[in-house]
Amino acid sequence: MKVVAKRPESLQETRFHYCPGCTHGIVHRLLAECLDELNLREKAIGICPVGCSVLAYDYFNFDTLEAAHGRAPAIATAIKRLLPDRCLVTYQGDGDLASIGMGEIIHASLRAENITVIFINNAIYGMTGGQMAPTTLLGQVTTTSPYGRTVEANGYPAKMAELLAQSEGAAYVCRTAVNTPANVTRTKKAIKKAIQMQMKGMGFTMVEVLSTCPTNWGMSPVEAMKWVGDHMIPYYPLGEFKVKEEG
Amino acid sequence: MEERVLMKGNEALAEGAIRAGCRAFFGYPITPSSELAEYMARTMPKIGGVFVQAESELAAINMVYGGASTGARVMTASSGPGLSLKQEGISFIAEGELPCLIVNLSRGGPGLGGIQPSQADYFQATRGGGHGDYRTLVLAPSGVQEMMDLAMEGYDLADRYRTPVLIMAEGTLGQMMEPIILREPVTQFVDKPWATTGCAGRKPNVVNTLHLDPEFLETRNRHLDAKYKEIQAKEQRAETFMMEDADLVVMAFGIIARIAKRSVMDARKQGIKVGLIRPITLWPFPERIVAEAAKTVRRFLSIEINMGQMVEDIRLAVNGQVPVEFYGRIGITPNPEELTREIMRIAEREGF
Repeated sequence: MKVVAKRPESLQETRFHYCPGCTHGIVHRLLAECLDELNLREKAIGICPVGCSVLAYDYFNFDTLEAAHGRAPAIATAIKRLLPDRCLVTYQGDGDLASIGMGEIIHASLRAENITVIFINNAIYGMTGGQMAPTTLLGQVTTTSPYGRTVEANGYPAKMAELLAQSEGAAYVCRTAVNTPANVTRTKKAIKKAIQMQMKGMGFTMVEVLSTCPTNWGMSPVEAMKWVGDHMIPYYPLGEFKVKEEG
Repeated sequence: MEERVLMKGNEALAEGAIRAGCRAFFGYPITPSSELAEYMARTMPKIGGVFVQAESELAAINMVYGGASTGARVMTASSGPGLSLKQEGISFIAEGELPCLIVNLSRGGPGLGGIQPSQADYFQATRGGGHGDYRTLVLAPSGVQEMMDLAMEGYDLADRYRTPVLIMAEGTLGQMMEPIILREPVTQFVDKPWATTGCAGRKPNVVNTLHLDPEFLETRNRHLDAKYKEIQAKEQRAETFMMEDADLVVMAFGIIARIAKRSVMDARKQGIKVGLIRPITLWPFPERIVAEAAKTVRRFLSIEINMGQMVEDIRLAVNGQVPVEFYGRIGITPNPEELTREIMRIAEREGF
């Protein structure tokens, strides 16, 4: 009998706690598949954020650390410097990476740290119950922007892929989405490419993944997927923003 | 023959850490600790170690969290305001049970304060400092030799108890030079099977401080509490001086203890029965030595470079048996004459 689909070894056999329609599960699986296919599970060290994916250490089947809010890139920096042949992956949400951890992510990229950052942008704080994120879109209603985000009160949403692509230390910066099967495939390719470039020592790598939060957006899972295409992608264009050439 | 060299305190501490096997330093510049980072920046590349000048104190302490998780001996150093910024990370390190060395070349506060030597971070150091129920082991050197020795011993204690160890030394100790004996490098290290180094040949390791299950959270706190009680039972350290027949006991730590020692000798020459207890561990506070002394002496005097912090620990240990007085300066380190005057004032008033 031929096996056509199975749980990646880099994922533990357990149930995710994520809400129905949340795309964390998809991205967890993509990362796990990439590590399996690159035969890196036993070299992988994952840094989990504060946010909905805080429990990712219970889901990944490789060494993991739980970080203080926003500090994952600093933790990954130290581990990679001490253990340069390991594969360092931080998994961070928008509050973690683009708000409280803005300093750490910028400087990790400027130092050209050989790490891979998976950045989940769902335009809202999920775990704390739907507050405004640095990536919340203009006009978007959240519990702390109850009349919709305005430039006057809240400023502009952070375009992290564009920002980090400016960094000389960045080797690979890409924005993808997981709202369609085709985009899921592209996201996997991007994650794999980022990890490969990290392992070649080419510098800082990041894949920003536009994701959903049906619970806090107040939508059905299908409506949320559609909202990514209708509202997020027009502001957060998909594509590779920085690809450093080898050599 | 043992090698004696003239060394600056900051460099002796850094060299002690390296001789104890420290192979990574993560820091952010701040007076008066920057020379320690500079020594590490010069030395680490030559010995295959890691030096990262972090973008902030927050990043530096989280690099320590990451570095320590690999099982390596790692370190950071800072001063007052920098230590305040590190507190969140130290709380995580305590609960993650990650051994490491953290140095506070202490200066005066609050706020930006000044860059003069101070002991005003005693409460922050000995009460945990960050959020949650934890302690850090705190060592207080009083000379350049101890800057080296306690850095080395600090790593042993950190590994033995899987806990962050803090060295608190006034800025003066970092700046002054004394001849010291260079200690032999450490060659034997403990295994760290818990380290997150990649899961080849074993199940994945996890370093985590989140415990959503309330019963498990209590279990974790009880585990830490048991460890801290063991440290309190086994690791209290203090130097005692001329205590045999003392009526008055001066208590002081760090640089001021050496100044106070001279005043104790001066007062002895004037016929006053005065002794000295110098805590070497600030936490665990050497309460047994203090409690034992309280049975025979008539009065304590705490001398600190702050507005009265260790004096509270002395009062707890003395437990009302005899009075405990306080004399403190801040910004200014008192000279021996000033302290002798205070000792004589108390002795004359009390008829010692």
